[in-house]
Amino acid sequence: MKKNLICIECPKGCALDVDIENCRVVKVTGNQCPKGETYAISEIEDPRRILTATILTKGFPLKLLPVRTDRPIPKARISDAMKAIRKIRAISRVKTGDIIAKDLLGLGANLIATREL
Amino acid sequence: MIERDLVIVGAGPGGMGAAISAHENGVKDIFLLERDQYLGGILNQCIHTGFGIDYFKEVLTGPEYADRFIKKINAIPEIEISARSFVTHLTKDKVLTYFKPGKIETVKAKCLIMATGCREKTREMTHIAGTRPSGIFSAGLAQKLINIEGLLPGNEVVIVGSGDIGLIMARRFTLEGAKVKAVIEIQDKTRGLLRNVVQCVTDFDIPLYFNHKILKIFGKDRVTGVSVAKVDSCMREVAGTEFKIDCDTVLISVGLIPENELIEMAGVRIDKKTNCPVSDETNKTSIPGLFVCGNAFKVYDLADSVSKDSELAGKLAAEYLRSAG
Amino acid sequence: MKIYDVIIIGAGVVGTAIGRELSRYKLDTALLEKETELAFGVSKSNSGIIHPGTQNPPGSLKGRLCVQGNILTRKISMELGVDFKETGELIVAFTEEEKLRLYGLKKEGESLGVPRLEIVDSSWLRKNEPNLNKEAIAALFAPTAGIISPYRLVYDLSENAARNGVELFTETKVEAIEKKEYFEISTSMGVFRARFLINAAGLFADDVSGMLGIDDFKITPRKGEEFLLDKKKEYLANHLIFPLPARTSKGVLVIKTADGNPIIGPTAEDIEDKDDLSTTDEGLKKVLADAKKLIPSIDERDIIAYFAGLRPVSGNDFIIRHEEKAPGFINVAGIQSPGLTAAPAIALMARDLLKENGLALKKKLMFHSHRKKTIHLFAAPIKKARALIKKDPGYGDIVCRCEMVSAKEVEGAVDRGAKTMDGIKFRTRAQAGRCHGSFCTTRLMKILSEKTNTPLKEITKRGRGSEIVKKDRGDD
Repeated sequence: MKKNLICIECPKGCALDVDIENCRVVKVTGNQCPKGETYAISEIEDPRRILTATILTKGFPLKLLPVRTDRPIPKARISDAMKAIRKIRAISRVKTGDIIAKDLLGLGANLIATREL
Repeated sequence: MIERDLVIVGAGPGGMGAAISAHENGVKDIFLLERDQYLGGILNQCIHTGFGIDYFKEVLTGPEYADRFIKKINAIPEIEISARSFVTHLTKDKVLTYFKPGKIETVKAKCLIMATGCREKTREMTHIAGTRPSGIFSAGLAQKLINIEGLLPGNEVVIVGSGDIGLIMARRFTLEGAKVKAVIEIQDKTRGLLRNVVQCVTDFDIPLYFNHKILKIFGKDRVTGVSVAKVDSCMREVAGTEFKIDCDTVLISVGLIPENELIEMAGVRIDKKTNCPVSDETNKTSIPGLFVCGNAFKVYDLADSVSKDSELAGKLAAEYLRSAG
Repeated sequence: MKIYDVIIIGAGVVGTAIGRELSRYKLDTALLEKETELAFGVSKSNSGIIHPGTQNPPGSLKGRLCVQGNILTRKISMELGVDFKETGELIVAFTEEEKLRLYGLKKEGESLGVPRLEIVDSSWLRKNEPNLNKEAIAALFAPTAGIISPYRLVYDLSENAARNGVELFTETKVEAIEKKEYFEISTSMGVFRARFLINAAGLFADDVSGMLGIDDFKITPRKGEEFLLDKKKEYLANHLIFPLPARTSKGVLVIKTADGNPIIGPTAEDIEDKDDLSTTDEGLKKVLADAKKLIPSIDERDIIAYFAGLRPVSGNDFIIRHEEKAPGFINVAGIQSPGLTAAPAIALMARDLLKENGLALKKKLMFHSHRKKTIHLFAAPIKKARALIKKDPGYGDIVCRCEMVSAKEVEGAVDRGAKTMDGIKFRTRAQAGRCHGSFCTTRLMKILSEKTNTPLKEITKRGRGSEIVKKDRGDD
């Protein structure tokens, strides 16, 4: 089976031709860098995204603290992750990059602050 | 009147980048004016990733990208920051008047870099007919409401135009629990990056209509819907293709206009069509020693490109100051 | 229950002008308005022209009241601190035949008492109106025409009326009226009673009149679409520029507003729906084409906003009369153009009708004729601005950057009665500029929320049903 994908690793947006056999990627063409191949394999076999969101703060002038997962999480779990993130509150000072929640939902990614509070 | 070697207006990626670069190129007296209370400009509301891939070779969000510059700026004593400072007047001799809570100040710049960014085109500029109820937002305003203020503007959204901010907001609305019913694009391809179409629209099965336009907005107090039709290659409505989409929110994402009203006031020549300064060389304007950088000079797709552009502006400013003595 | 001496239905420019006039006398007066704020009906889409009195049929009520109102508006604007600018108007002729019609208009105007009318030639036009189409051969020049901000006039009239004792009730929609020994007025906010009743309900004046069985007139909304240009084009025209009048309207005009932005328009289309404020592609095309005939350099790209307004039309003249069928009831209906100009003269006429029909008018010992002028930073010279900011730092806190409006002005607007985002816009101009509130909306919402103790998600554009946002994360 052949599939066309747009690589989302960088703004170039390479058009990828992907050959798939038994749900496994066997060949990727059209990519201008190695990231394209990695992306294609992941997108077919285990699609993931970095999730960005915000959490409510308590006692700070900024109402929301922006956060993200420090690595991509399975696409299928994004909605669960959003629900979990909404329950978290930022109650003490943080720096950019500080971990807000370790191993979010056991997905292997930490939730980190992307702004100083 | 106080005179400063280099005054920079705007502390988004453009202004911050220019300040750092000017300092690296030997400018010792830098005065950075920012109208907001925080540095970073629009980056602060861009909580999505996609920044820094080019410039830092890393995947960052807007606030993280801003943070890199803020940290550098705070470590340079020669850069003085004046926040909550709103420039109202600019003369051709580079005299600036700015308002701050509690005072109005004037400052003369030996050299001036304007990094005032851009604003979004409005519903009014695209002349969408219909009523004027609540529920019509520029994509950037919706982004600020959701990401900074924690306010969800609507539950059922139609996005007009496939600019990057509109695409990004399609995903944000969806993640925040709203239903994005359509993205309507009059052209035959996206105005934004392809990666944003994939990860913001396709990922969430949001219908994206190319070659379609919004005919009318309905609703008395709040938006109740829009009518949409197909357009031909001359962007004229194709008869019989009209259909209605019920929604309570319309987002406008049809492009950006450089914010250059101040330099226009100073007499810099401005291209009427693009609102960019008329210039043969990057960052230069018709007034010597008055530079424009970042999205105010030209609308860039990426903050990374703004940073590169502003590096050059800082260098040009340093050269100008050296040659002017 | 309190019985008012006079209740006025409708708080547009006519209702508030009457209210302010009556506040000079020892009377219990109330103003009822169905919208969340005043001036949200016909008045909000008025372009702000204070007409000299030309282009009205000789012997008409509106002609007489317009000429009188033009004079009265000057005094009122001084007393209330509303800026009135005398710009003068030009009715432009392009052919010899049109030029002949100018002489007719001049004669008609003079018979109504319009002062200092003059026919000017093409060389005068070239000198005094350089952007005007060079093919113009003559114009009727009426120097007494001017401009004013229609909503600020309404707000300041009502504020002054309230200071002098008039009670204002908003979101108070009249649902039924019964004539007993007094008028019993059932509204969405309860029952009101009054000895005298004035109907200034604009587009809905026929409905209100019908509640008392007087249904010999019908109000037809005549839609006008207007297009606002960028302030950068402030000097596009020095005068108010009119083509020769058509049957249903004065045609598409090019004028400057009180705030500096030129307006082109309006269209004139009789419609059915009294709520239809939609604009159309056809309207835009027509207005652009017609405006370009007057000033060819007008560019579509200069348009920063557009809106539609509805003129409350009933026949060719105003209907201002005491109704014998319901003694004590006065209709003030069909007040289309030049209603804004005529409003203060209409107020005097309404007062006289009340008196003729038995209302005793005794002047108050103390009438506050003047109000302190509202400060607008955009209109203040830099020296004045500096002094203001020194006195109150809030004037230095710029909220709306396109129109240069400070936090202090927005707070002041809320203090003086703004309850909605549109109310702030009409009073201060915040959100009225080229970015349409993209930058200041969130800040304005917060000021409104804090000052009126209203949750953010209940802040509205123009009243219930027009909430800006749907959910607040803070409620999680």
